[in-house]
Amino acid sequence: MQYMLLLYGDESGWAAMNEEETAAVFAEYGKLDEFFKSRGSEVQGAELQPTSTATTLRVRDGETLVTDGPFAETKEQLGGYFVVDCASLDEALEVAARIPAAKDGSIEVRPVMQR
Amino acid sequence: MTAGIAGLLARLHRHEWGRAVASLARAFGDPGLAEEMVQEAYAAALARWPEEGVPDRPAAWLHTVARNRAVDRLRRDRRYTERLAELERDASSTVAEVPSDKELLDDELAMLCACCHPALAMPARVALTLRLVAGLGTAEIARAFLVPEPTMAQRLVRAKRKLRDAGIPIEVPPPERLGERLDGVLAVLYLTFNAGYSSPAAPPAGSADVAREAIRLARLLLRLVPREPEAAGLLALMLLQHARRAARTDATGRLVLLEDQDRSRWDRRAIAEGVALVDQALRHGAGPYRLQAAVAAVHATAATAAGTDWERILALYTELLAVQPSPVVALNRAVAVAMVHGPQAGLAAVDDLAADGRLDGYHLLHAARADLLRRLGRRREAARSYARALGTTTDEAERRFLKERLAEVEERTGRARTRGRGRWGAGYDRVTNPREPLGGCACREDDP
Repeated sequence: MQYMLLLYGDESGWAAMNEEETAAVFAEYGKLDEFFKSRGSEVQGAELQPTSTATTLRVRDGETLVTDGPFAETKEQLGGYFVVDCASLDEALEVAARIPAAKDGSIEVRPVMQR
Repeated sequence: MTAGIAGLLARLHRHEWGRAVASLARAFGDPGLAEEMVQEAYAAALARWPEEGVPDRPAAWLHTVARNRAVDRLRRDRRYTERLAELERDASSTVAEVPSDKELLDDELAMLCACCHPALAMPARVALTLRLVAGLGTAEIARAFLVPEPTMAQRLVRAKRKLRDAGIPIEVPPPERLGERLDGVLAVLYLTFNAGYSSPAAPPAGSADVAREAIRLARLLLRLVPREPEAAGLLALMLLQHARRAARTDATGRLVLLEDQDRSRWDRRAIAEGVALVDQALRHGAGPYRLQAAVAAVHATAATAAGTDWERILALYTELLAVQPSPVVALNRAVAVAMVHGPQAGLAAVDDLAADGRLDGYHLLHAARADLLRRLGRRREAARSYARALGTTTDEAERRFLKERLAEVEERTGRARTRGRGRWGAGYDRVTNPREPLGGCACREDDP
Protein backbone atom coordinates (compact mmCIF):
# COMPACT_ATOMS: atom_id res chain seq x y z
CA MET A 1 0.00 0.00 0.00
CA GLN A 2 1.00 3.60 -0.48
CA TYR A 3 0.90 5.99 2.43
CA MET A 4 1.27 9.73 2.40
CA LEU A 5 3.09 11.04 5.44
CA LEU A 6 2.17 14.66 6.04
CA LEU A 7 4.62 16.64 8.14
CA TYR A 8 3.05 19.21 10.42
CA GLY A 9 4.97 21.58 12.63
CA ASP A 10 5.29 25.12 13.88
CA GLU A 11 6.96 26.84 10.96
CA SER A 12 7.91 29.89 13.02
CA GLY A 13 10.24 27.64 15.02
CA TRP A 14 11.96 26.61 11.81
CA ALA A 15 12.32 30.22 10.69
CA ALA A 16 13.85 31.21 14.03
CA MET A 17 16.66 28.64 13.81
CA ASN A 18 20.25 29.75 13.41
CA GLU A 19 22.55 28.34 10.77
CA GLU A 20 24.00 25.67 13.03
CA GLU A 21 20.57 24.39 14.08
CA THR A 22 19.37 24.36 10.51
CA ALA A 23 22.42 22.32 9.49
CA ALA A 24 21.71 19.82 12.27
CA VAL A 25 18.14 19.34 11.02
CA PHE A 26 19.38 18.89 7.45
CA ALA A 27 21.84 16.28 8.68
CA GLU A 28 18.93 14.38 10.27
CA TYR A 29 16.97 14.48 7.04
CA GLY A 30 20.09 13.24 5.29
CA LYS A 31 19.99 10.17 7.53
CA LEU A 32 16.32 9.70 6.76
CA ASP A 33 17.18 9.80 3.07
CA GLU A 34 19.72 7.01 3.59
CA PHE A 35 17.10 4.99 5.40
CA PHE A 36 14.70 5.46 2.49
CA LYS A 37 17.39 4.30 0.08
CA SER A 38 18.05 1.22 2.24
CA ARG A 39 14.36 0.26 1.99
CA GLY A 40 14.67 -0.14 -1.74
CA SER A 41 11.30 1.18 -2.86
CA GLU A 42 11.02 4.63 -4.30
CA VAL A 43 10.01 7.48 -2.03
CA GLN A 44 8.56 10.75 -3.26
CA GLY A 45 8.57 13.79 -1.10
CA ALA A 46 9.15 17.49 -0.82
CA GLU A 47 9.60 20.28 1.62
CA LEU A 48 7.11 23.13 1.19
CA GLN A 49 7.66 26.87 1.37
CA PRO A 50 6.08 28.45 4.47
CA THR A 51 2.35 29.21 4.58
CA SER A 52 3.14 32.93 4.09
CA THR A 53 3.69 31.99 0.43
CA ALA A 54 0.36 30.10 0.20
CA THR A 55 -2.53 31.14 -1.97
CA THR A 56 -5.99 29.60 -1.68
CA LEU A 57 -8.37 29.35 -4.62
CA ARG A 58 -12.06 28.53 -4.85
CA VAL A 59 -14.37 28.42 -7.87
CA ARG A 60 -17.95 29.31 -6.94
CA ASP A 61 -20.69 29.66 -9.55
CA GLY A 62 -18.05 29.82 -12.24
CA GLU A 63 -16.24 32.64 -10.49
CA THR A 64 -12.68 32.19 -9.32
CA LEU A 65 -11.87 33.53 -5.87
CA VAL A 66 -8.25 33.83 -4.90
CA THR A 67 -7.12 34.73 -1.39
CA ASP A 68 -3.80 35.13 0.32
CA GLY A 69 -2.80 32.51 2.86
CA PRO A 70 -3.46 28.88 3.68
CA PHE A 71 -6.88 27.20 3.71
CA ALA A 72 -6.99 27.33 7.49
CA GLU A 73 -4.89 29.13 10.08
CA THR A 74 -3.67 26.44 12.45
CA LYS A 75 -1.06 26.10 15.17
CA GLU A 76 0.85 23.51 13.17
CA GLN A 77 1.28 23.93 9.45
CA LEU A 78 1.85 21.45 6.66
CA GLY A 79 5.56 21.74 5.93
CA GLY A 80 6.25 18.78 3.67
CA TYR A 81 5.29 15.26 2.74
CA PHE A 82 6.54 11.84 1.73
CA VAL A 83 4.77 9.11 -0.19
CA VAL A 84 6.07 5.66 0.77
CA ASP A 85 5.26 2.06 -0.11
CA CYS A 86 4.55 -0.02 2.98
CA ALA A 87 3.08 -3.44 3.63
CA SER A 88 0.86 -2.21 6.45
CA LEU A 89 -0.02 0.70 8.69
CA ASP A 90 2.47 -0.58 11.26
CA GLU A 91 5.28 -0.32 8.74
CA ALA A 92 4.15 3.18 7.75
CA LEU A 93 4.09 4.18 11.41
CA GLU A 94 7.64 2.90 11.85
CA VAL A 95 8.78 5.00 8.90
CA ALA A 96 6.88 8.02 10.24
CA ALA A 97 8.59 7.67 13.62
CA ARG A 98 11.96 8.18 11.90
CA ILE A 99 11.01 11.56 10.42
CA PRO A 100 12.71 14.33 12.42
CA ALA A 101 9.55 16.47 12.35
CA ALA A 102 7.82 13.82 14.51
CA LYS A 103 9.90 15.00 17.45
CA ASP A 104 8.65 18.58 17.58
CA GLY A 105 5.61 18.44 15.32
CA SER A 106 3.40 15.60 14.16
CA ILE A 107 3.08 13.26 11.23
CA GLU A 108 -0.31 12.44 9.76
CA VAL A 109 -0.29 9.03 8.13
CA ARG A 110 -2.86 8.64 5.35
CA PRO A 111 -3.32 5.69 3.05
CA VAL A 112 -3.46 6.71 -0.62
CA MET A 113 -6.75 5.77 -2.27
CA GLN A 114 -6.47 2.84 -4.68
CA ARG A 115 -8.96 2.77 -7.52
CA MET B 1 -34.11 -31.80 14.28
CA THR B 2 -34.18 -28.10 13.45
CA ALA B 3 -34.01 -27.18 17.14
CA GLY B 4 -31.02 -29.49 17.51
CA ILE B 5 -29.33 -27.83 14.57
CA ALA B 6 -30.02 -24.37 15.94
CA GLY B 7 -28.42 -25.46 19.22
CA LEU B 8 -25.42 -26.94 17.42
CA LEU B 9 -24.99 -23.74 15.41
CA ALA B 10 -25.21 -21.63 18.56
CA ARG B 11 -22.42 -23.74 20.10
CA LEU B 12 -20.34 -23.54 16.95
CA HIS B 13 -20.92 -19.81 16.86
CA ARG B 14 -19.57 -19.44 20.37
CA HIS B 15 -16.37 -21.34 19.63
CA GLU B 16 -15.74 -21.02 15.92
CA TRP B 17 -17.17 -17.75 14.71
CA GLY B 18 -14.30 -15.49 15.76
CA ARG B 19 -11.74 -17.96 14.45
CA ALA B 20 -13.38 -18.24 11.06
CA VAL B 21 -13.63 -14.46 10.75
CA ALA B 22 -10.02 -14.01 11.83
CA SER B 23 -8.74 -16.61 9.41
CA LEU B 24 -10.65 -15.22 6.42
CA ALA B 25 -9.85 -11.64 7.35
CA ARG B 26 -6.17 -12.47 7.26
CA ALA B 27 -6.44 -14.32 3.99
CA PHE B 28 -8.45 -11.63 2.24
CA GLY B 29 -7.22 -8.57 4.09
CA ASP B 30 -10.75 -7.40 4.76
CA PRO B 31 -12.33 -8.07 8.16
CA GLY B 32 -15.70 -6.61 7.14
CA LEU B 33 -15.95 -8.97 4.17
CA ALA B 34 -14.85 -11.92 6.30
CA GLU B 35 -17.50 -11.17 8.89
CA GLU B 36 -20.23 -10.90 6.28
CA MET B 37 -19.28 -14.16 4.58
CA VAL B 38 -19.07 -16.11 7.84
CA GLN B 39 -22.49 -14.76 8.73
CA GLU B 40 -23.80 -16.02 5.38
CA ALA B 41 -22.24 -19.42 5.96
CA TYR B 42 -24.14 -19.79 9.24
CA ALA B 43 -27.36 -18.76 7.50
CA ALA B 44 -26.67 -21.33 4.79
CA ALA B 45 -26.10 -24.03 7.42
CA LEU B 46 -29.40 -23.21 9.09
CA ALA B 47 -31.17 -23.51 5.75
CA ARG B 48 -29.40 -26.61 4.42
CA TRP B 49 -28.48 -28.85 7.34
CA PRO B 50 -32.09 -29.79 8.25
CA GLU B 51 -32.51 -31.12 4.66
CA GLU B 52 -29.06 -32.40 3.86
CA GLY B 53 -28.01 -33.53 7.30
CA VAL B 54 -25.21 -32.17 9.47
CA PRO B 55 -21.81 -32.57 7.76
CA ASP B 56 -19.13 -34.71 9.44
CA ARG B 57 -16.98 -31.71 10.24
CA PRO B 58 -19.43 -28.84 10.74
CA ALA B 59 -16.80 -26.20 11.54
CA ALA B 60 -14.82 -27.09 8.41
CA TRP B 61 -18.04 -26.99 6.35
CA LEU B 62 -18.82 -23.47 7.61
CA HIS B 63 -15.29 -22.36 6.93
CA THR B 64 -15.31 -23.70 3.37
CA VAL B 65 -18.66 -22.15 2.54
CA ALA B 66 -17.57 -18.77 3.93
CA ARG B 67 -14.31 -18.96 1.99
CA ASN B 68 -16.00 -19.85 -1.29
CA ARG B 69 -18.48 -17.05 -0.90
CA ALA B 70 -15.68 -14.62 -0.20
CA VAL B 71 -13.90 -15.70 -3.37
CA ASP B 72 -17.13 -15.27 -5.38
CA ARG B 73 -17.62 -11.83 -3.94
CA LEU B 74 -14.07 -10.80 -4.72
CA ARG B 75 -14.47 -11.94 -8.34
CA ARG B 76 -17.29 -9.44 -8.70
CA ASP B 77 -15.33 -6.57 -7.20
CA ARG B 78 -12.52 -5.21 -9.35
CA ARG B 79 -10.83 -3.63 -6.33
CA TYR B 80 -9.78 -7.12 -5.36
CA THR B 81 -8.55 -8.38 -8.75
CA GLU B 82 -4.96 -8.06 -7.70
CA ARG B 83 -5.49 -9.67 -4.32
CA LEU B 84 -7.39 -12.55 -5.85
CA ALA B 85 -4.69 -13.22 -8.45
CA GLU B 86 -2.19 -13.25 -5.61
CA LEU B 87 -4.28 -15.76 -3.67
CA GLU B 88 -4.72 -18.01 -6.66
CA ARG B 89 -1.00 -17.93 -7.46
CA ASP B 90 -0.15 -18.87 -3.93
CA ALA B 91 -1.34 -22.46 -3.66
CA SER B 92 -0.20 -22.79 -0.04
CA SER B 93 -2.32 -19.81 0.97
CA THR B 94 -4.44 -20.25 4.08
CA VAL B 95 -7.60 -19.85 1.99
CA ALA B 96 -6.70 -22.94 0.03
CA GLU B 97 -7.71 -25.24 2.86
CA VAL B 98 -9.30 -25.34 6.27
CA PRO B 99 -6.68 -24.13 8.72
CA SER B 100 -5.46 -26.20 11.67
CA ASP B 101 -6.34 -25.44 15.29
CA LYS B 102 -2.94 -23.89 15.87
CA GLU B 103 -3.37 -21.64 12.84
CA LEU B 104 -6.84 -20.68 14.00
CA LEU B 105 -5.51 -19.70 17.43
CA ASP B 106 -2.85 -17.55 15.79
CA ASP B 107 -5.49 -16.00 13.56
CA GLU B 108 -7.69 -15.21 16.52
CA LEU B 109 -4.86 -13.57 18.45
CA ALA B 110 -3.89 -11.62 15.32
CA MET B 111 -7.46 -10.40 14.99
CA LEU B 112 -7.55 -9.38 18.64
CA CYS B 113 -4.35 -7.37 18.18
CA ALA B 114 -5.76 -5.69 15.06
CA CYS B 115 -9.03 -4.80 16.82
CA CYS B 116 -7.05 -3.29 19.70
CA HIS B 117 -4.72 -1.30 17.42
CA PRO B 118 -3.83 2.15 18.81
CA ALA B 119 -4.78 3.73 15.46
CA LEU B 120 -8.40 3.09 16.45
CA ALA B 121 -10.26 5.12 19.06
CA MET B 122 -10.90 3.23 22.29
CA PRO B 123 -14.69 2.87 21.84
CA ALA B 124 -14.08 1.53 18.33
CA ARG B 125 -11.55 -0.98 19.64
CA VAL B 126 -13.96 -2.36 22.21
CA ALA B 127 -16.82 -2.57 19.73
CA LEU B 128 -14.66 -4.26 17.09
CA THR B 129 -13.33 -6.80 19.56
CA LEU B 130 -16.84 -7.74 20.62
CA ARG B 131 -18.07 -7.97 17.05
CA LEU B 132 -15.16 -9.53 15.17
CA VAL B 133 -13.45 -11.58 17.85
CA ALA B 134 -16.31 -12.43 20.19
CA GLY B 135 -19.01 -12.55 17.50
CA LEU B 136 -21.61 -10.60 19.48
CA GLY B 137 -24.40 -8.94 17.58
CA THR B 138 -24.59 -5.17 17.14
CA ALA B 139 -27.73 -5.00 19.31
CA GLU B 140 -26.03 -6.80 22.18
CA ILE B 141 -22.96 -4.58 22.00
CA ALA B 142 -25.11 -1.46 21.88
CA ARG B 143 -26.99 -2.60 24.99
CA ALA B 144 -23.80 -3.32 26.89
CA PHE B 145 -22.53 0.20 26.22
CA LEU B 146 -25.86 1.94 26.66
CA VAL B 147 -25.80 3.48 23.21
CA PRO B 148 -28.57 3.29 20.61
CA GLU B 149 -28.17 0.43 18.15
CA PRO B 150 -27.79 2.65 15.05
CA THR B 151 -24.97 4.51 16.83
CA MET B 152 -23.16 1.25 17.50
CA ALA B 153 -23.82 -0.01 13.97
CA GLN B 154 -22.31 3.14 12.54
CA ARG B 155 -19.32 2.97 14.86
CA LEU B 156 -18.68 -0.60 13.74
CA VAL B 157 -18.98 0.23 10.05
CA ARG B 158 -16.50 3.08 10.38
CA ALA B 159 -14.08 1.03 12.44
CA LYS B 160 -14.14 -1.89 10.00
CA ARG B 161 -13.57 0.51 7.15
CA LYS B 162 -10.56 2.01 8.91
CA LEU B 163 -9.23 -1.44 9.71
CA ARG B 164 -9.29 -2.29 6.02
CA ASP B 165 -8.50 1.03 4.33
CA ALA B 166 -5.75 2.19 6.67
CA GLY B 167 -4.02 -1.16 6.26
CA ILE B 168 -4.04 -2.08 9.94
CA PRO B 169 -2.18 -5.40 9.89
CA ILE B 170 -4.03 -8.47 11.10
CA GLU B 171 -1.07 -9.94 12.88
CA VAL B 172 0.43 -10.39 16.30
CA PRO B 173 3.07 -7.65 16.61
CA PRO B 174 6.70 -8.82 16.69
CA PRO B 175 8.05 -9.47 20.22
CA GLU B 176 9.80 -6.11 20.43
CA ARG B 177 6.52 -4.31 19.72
CA LEU B 178 4.25 -6.57 21.71
CA GLY B 179 5.02 -4.93 25.05
CA GLU B 180 3.89 -1.45 23.97
CA ARG B 181 0.72 -2.87 22.41
CA LEU B 182 -0.20 -5.03 25.37
CA ASP B 183 -1.49 -2.22 27.60
CA GLY B 184 -4.00 -1.24 24.94
CA VAL B 185 -5.24 -4.80 24.57
CA LEU B 186 -5.61 -5.20 28.34
CA ALA B 187 -7.57 -1.95 28.55
CA VAL B 188 -9.94 -3.11 25.81
CA LEU B 189 -10.52 -6.44 27.52
CA TYR B 190 -11.19 -4.80 30.87
CA LEU B 191 -13.65 -2.32 29.35
CA THR B 192 -15.32 -5.23 27.59
CA PHE B 193 -15.58 -7.11 30.85
CA ASN B 194 -16.97 -4.09 32.66
CA ALA B 195 -19.59 -3.58 29.99
CA GLY B 196 -20.73 -7.13 30.65
CA TYR B 197 -20.44 -6.83 34.40
CA SER B 198 -22.42 -3.66 34.13
CA SER B 199 -24.94 -2.04 36.35
CA PRO B 200 -26.12 -4.92 38.52
CA ALA B 201 -29.72 -3.96 39.17
CA ALA B 202 -30.71 -4.25 35.54
CA PRO B 203 -28.25 -6.47 33.72
CA PRO B 204 -28.87 -6.02 30.01
CA ALA B 205 -29.86 -9.20 28.23
CA GLY B 206 -26.78 -11.10 27.16
CA SER B 207 -24.47 -9.17 29.46
CA ALA B 208 -23.21 -12.31 31.19
CA ASP B 209 -21.97 -13.48 27.80
CA VAL B 210 -20.01 -10.28 27.30
CA ALA B 211 -18.22 -10.74 30.63
CA ARG B 212 -17.64 -14.42 29.93
CA GLU B 213 -16.29 -13.64 26.50
CA ALA B 214 -13.91 -11.06 27.99
CA ILE B 215 -12.63 -13.77 30.34
CA ARG B 216 -12.16 -16.16 27.42
CA LEU B 217 -10.17 -13.52 25.54
CA ALA B 218 -8.05 -12.75 28.60
CA ARG B 219 -7.20 -16.47 28.78
CA LEU B 220 -6.37 -16.45 25.09
CA LEU B 221 -4.11 -13.41 25.56
CA LEU B 222 -2.35 -15.07 28.48
CA ARG B 223 -1.42 -17.94 26.16
CA LEU B 224 0.28 -15.40 23.92
CA VAL B 225 2.14 -13.65 26.76
CA PRO B 226 2.35 -16.22 29.57
CA ARG B 227 5.15 -14.32 31.28
CA GLU B 228 3.29 -11.03 31.42
CA PRO B 229 2.10 -10.52 35.03
CA GLU B 230 -0.38 -7.80 34.10
CA ALA B 231 -2.15 -10.15 31.69
CA ALA B 232 -2.40 -12.69 34.51
CA GLY B 233 -3.53 -9.91 36.86
CA LEU B 234 -6.30 -8.87 34.51
CA LEU B 235 -7.58 -12.43 34.15
CA ALA B 236 -7.49 -12.80 37.94
CA LEU B 237 -9.38 -9.53 38.40
CA MET B 238 -12.10 -10.63 36.00
CA LEU B 239 -12.42 -14.10 37.55
CA LEU B 240 -12.66 -12.72 41.07
CA GLN B 241 -15.33 -10.17 40.17
CA HIS B 242 -17.25 -12.57 37.99
CA ALA B 243 -17.24 -15.16 40.81
CA ARG B 244 -19.69 -12.95 42.71
CA ARG B 245 -22.17 -12.48 39.87
CA ALA B 246 -24.86 -14.88 41.21
CA ALA B 247 -24.95 -13.07 44.55
CA ARG B 248 -24.98 -9.50 43.26
CA THR B 249 -28.71 -9.24 42.71
CA ASP B 250 -31.68 -10.66 44.59
CA ALA B 251 -34.69 -12.44 43.11
CA THR B 252 -36.28 -9.11 42.13
CA GLY B 253 -33.15 -7.92 40.37
CA ARG B 254 -32.31 -5.56 43.19
CA LEU B 255 -28.71 -4.77 43.96
CA VAL B 256 -27.19 -6.67 46.89
CA LEU B 257 -24.29 -4.93 48.62
CA LEU B 258 -21.04 -6.83 48.92
CA GLU B 259 -21.39 -7.11 52.68
CA ASP B 260 -24.93 -8.46 52.41
CA GLN B 261 -24.20 -11.01 49.69
CA ASP B 262 -24.74 -14.69 50.34
CA ARG B 263 -21.14 -15.80 50.14
CA SER B 264 -22.12 -19.43 49.64
CA ARG B 265 -23.30 -18.38 46.18
CA TRP B 266 -19.87 -17.17 45.15
CA ASP B 267 -18.10 -19.32 42.61
CA ARG B 268 -15.34 -21.00 44.67
CA ARG B 269 -13.54 -22.48 41.70
CA ALA B 270 -13.24 -19.13 39.96
CA ILE B 271 -12.03 -17.57 43.22
CA ALA B 272 -9.39 -20.27 43.70
CA GLU B 273 -8.13 -19.76 40.17
CA GLY B 274 -8.11 -15.98 40.53
CA VAL B 275 -6.30 -16.04 43.85
CA ALA B 276 -3.62 -18.40 42.50
CA LEU B 277 -3.09 -16.16 39.46
CA VAL B 278 -2.81 -12.97 41.48
CA ASP B 279 -0.42 -14.51 44.02
CA GLN B 280 1.83 -15.63 41.19
CA ALA B 281 1.61 -12.25 39.41
CA LEU B 282 2.43 -10.24 42.53
CA ARG B 283 5.72 -12.12 42.87
CA HIS B 284 6.88 -10.17 39.82
CA GLY B 285 6.24 -6.76 41.37
CA ALA B 286 3.29 -4.36 41.35
CA GLY B 287 1.02 -3.34 38.49
CA PRO B 288 -2.45 -1.80 38.25
CA TYR B 289 -4.38 -4.96 37.28
CA ARG B 290 -2.48 -7.15 39.72
CA LEU B 291 -3.19 -4.78 42.59
CA GLN B 292 -6.88 -4.44 41.77
CA ALA B 293 -7.07 -8.21 41.56
CA ALA B 294 -5.38 -8.46 44.94
CA VAL B 295 -8.08 -6.21 46.44
CA ALA B 296 -10.76 -8.38 44.86
CA ALA B 297 -8.99 -11.45 46.27
CA VAL B 298 -9.14 -10.02 49.82
CA HIS B 299 -12.90 -9.58 49.48
CA ALA B 300 -13.36 -12.95 47.82
CA THR B 301 -11.50 -14.86 50.52
CA ALA B 302 -13.04 -13.15 53.55
CA ALA B 303 -15.37 -15.61 55.30
CA THR B 304 -17.68 -12.79 56.34
CA ALA B 305 -17.96 -9.08 55.51
CA ALA B 306 -16.89 -8.22 59.05
CA GLY B 307 -13.84 -10.45 58.67
CA THR B 308 -12.55 -8.48 55.65
CA ASP B 309 -8.89 -7.54 56.01
CA TRP B 310 -9.26 -3.80 55.43
CA GLU B 311 -5.71 -3.09 56.50
CA ARG B 312 -4.48 -5.22 53.64
CA ILE B 313 -6.90 -3.46 51.27
CA LEU B 314 -5.67 -0.06 52.45
CA ALA B 315 -2.07 -1.13 51.85
CA LEU B 316 -2.97 -2.35 48.36
CA TYR B 317 -4.75 0.89 47.44
CA THR B 318 -1.79 2.89 48.74
CA GLU B 319 0.42 0.88 46.42
CA LEU B 320 -2.06 1.21 43.55
CA LEU B 321 -2.17 4.97 44.01
CA ALA B 322 1.60 5.04 43.63
CA VAL B 323 1.56 3.17 40.29
CA GLN B 324 -1.67 4.72 39.03
CA PRO B 325 -2.24 8.14 40.60
CA SER B 326 -5.85 8.80 39.65
CA PRO B 327 -8.56 10.48 41.73
CA VAL B 328 -10.76 7.39 41.43
CA VAL B 329 -8.06 5.23 43.00
CA ALA B 330 -7.65 7.90 45.69
CA LEU B 331 -11.39 7.69 46.42
CA ASN B 332 -11.17 3.93 46.83
CA ARG B 333 -8.25 4.44 49.16
CA ALA B 334 -10.19 6.99 51.21
CA VAL B 335 -12.95 4.43 51.69
CA ALA B 336 -10.37 1.92 52.94
CA VAL B 337 -8.98 4.60 55.29
CA ALA B 338 -12.43 4.96 56.81
CA MET B 339 -12.72 1.21 57.27
CA VAL B 340 -9.39 1.03 59.07
CA HIS B 341 -9.21 4.34 60.94
CA GLY B 342 -12.89 5.27 61.24
CA PRO B 343 -15.28 7.59 59.39
CA GLN B 344 -13.64 10.80 60.63
CA ALA B 345 -10.31 9.90 59.05
CA GLY B 346 -12.12 8.68 55.93
CA LEU B 347 -14.02 11.94 55.64
CA ALA B 348 -10.80 13.93 55.87
CA ALA B 349 -9.36 11.86 53.00
CA VAL B 350 -12.53 12.29 50.90
CA ASP B 351 -12.59 16.05 51.59
CA ASP B 352 -8.98 16.35 50.41
CA LEU B 353 -10.07 14.72 47.18
CA ALA B 354 -13.19 16.87 46.87
CA ALA B 355 -11.02 19.98 47.20
CA ASP B 356 -9.12 18.81 44.13
CA GLY B 357 -12.31 19.32 42.10
CA ARG B 358 -11.66 16.70 39.46
CA LEU B 359 -14.30 14.37 40.86
CA ASP B 360 -17.01 17.02 41.18
CA GLY B 361 -19.22 15.32 38.62
CA TYR B 362 -18.52 11.85 39.99
CA HIS B 363 -21.53 10.65 41.95
CA LEU B 364 -19.57 8.06 43.92
CA LEU B 365 -17.48 10.80 45.54
CA HIS B 366 -20.63 12.46 46.86
CA ALA B 367 -22.17 9.13 47.79
CA ALA B 368 -19.08 8.08 49.75
CA ARG B 369 -18.97 11.46 51.48
CA ALA B 370 -22.67 11.25 52.30
CA ASP B 371 -22.22 7.84 53.79
CA LEU B 372 -19.36 8.93 56.03
CA LEU B 373 -21.34 11.97 57.23
CA ARG B 374 -24.30 9.73 57.95
CA ARG B 375 -22.16 7.44 60.04
CA LEU B 376 -20.80 10.44 61.93
CA GLY B 377 -24.37 11.47 62.70
CA ARG B 378 -24.11 14.63 60.55
CA ARG B 379 -27.36 13.84 58.78
CA ARG B 380 -28.20 17.25 57.31
CA GLU B 381 -24.84 17.38 55.56
CA ALA B 382 -25.26 13.75 54.57
CA ALA B 383 -28.60 14.59 52.95
CA ARG B 384 -26.97 17.38 50.95
CA SER B 385 -24.27 15.03 49.70
CA TYR B 386 -26.80 12.33 48.76
CA ALA B 387 -28.69 14.97 46.81
CA ARG B 388 -25.49 15.96 44.98
CA ALA B 389 -24.81 12.32 44.20
CA LEU B 390 -28.34 11.99 42.81
CA GLY B 391 -27.74 15.05 40.68
CA THR B 392 -24.72 13.48 39.01
CA THR B 393 -25.94 10.01 38.01
CA THR B 394 -28.61 8.79 35.66
CA ASP B 395 -28.13 5.09 36.37
CA GLU B 396 -31.48 3.81 37.61
CA ALA B 397 -30.09 1.22 40.04
CA GLU B 398 -27.83 3.77 41.64
CA ARG B 399 -30.56 6.38 41.80
CA ARG B 400 -32.90 3.97 43.53
CA PHE B 401 -30.25 3.15 46.10
CA LEU B 402 -29.36 6.81 46.69
CA LYS B 403 -32.99 7.87 47.01
CA GLU B 404 -33.57 5.25 49.68
CA ARG B 405 -30.55 6.49 51.56
CA LEU B 406 -31.58 10.09 51.23
CA ALA B 407 -35.07 9.29 52.54
CA GLU B 408 -33.48 7.42 55.42
CA VAL B 409 -31.26 10.28 56.58
CA GLU B 410 -34.03 12.83 56.14
CA GLU B 411 -36.43 10.72 58.15
CA ARG B 412 -33.94 10.02 60.88
CA THR B 413 -32.42 13.46 61.14
CA GLY B 414 -31.49 14.05 64.75
CA ARG B 415 -31.82 10.42 65.75
CA ALA B 416 -28.62 8.48 66.00
CA ARG B 417 -28.76 5.08 64.47
CA THR B 418 -25.84 2.84 63.88
CA ARG B 419 -25.72 0.23 61.25
CA GLY B 420 -23.10 -2.32 60.46
CA ARG B 421 -19.66 -1.30 59.37
CA GLY B 422 -19.02 -0.87 55.76
CA ARG B 423 -22.20 0.41 54.19
CA TRP B 424 -20.42 2.01 51.40
CA GLY B 425 -20.97 4.77 48.94
CA ALA B 426 -23.45 3.84 46.33
CA GLY B 427 -23.05 0.42 47.85
CA TYR B 428 -21.46 -1.58 45.11
CA ASP B 429 -18.73 -4.06 45.70
CA ARG B 430 -16.29 -1.48 44.48
CA VAL B 431 -16.48 2.28 44.46
CA THR B 432 -15.43 2.67 40.87
CA ASN B 433 -17.70 3.33 37.98
CA PRO B 434 -18.48 -0.06 36.51
CA ARG B 435 -17.85 1.22 33.01
CA GLU B 436 -14.52 2.86 33.66
CA PRO B 437 -11.23 1.26 34.44
CA LEU B 438 -9.54 2.87 37.41
CA GLY B 439 -7.50 5.08 35.13
CA GLY B 440 -10.70 6.84 34.18
CA CYS B 441 -10.70 6.11 30.47
CA ALA B 442 -14.33 6.69 29.67
CA CYS B 443 -15.97 4.26 27.36
CA ARG B 444 -19.50 5.40 27.94
CA GLU B 445 -19.29 7.98 25.27
CA ASP B 446 -22.02 9.48 23.22
CA ASP B 447 -20.19 10.00 19.98
CA PRO B 448 -22.34 9.76 16.89
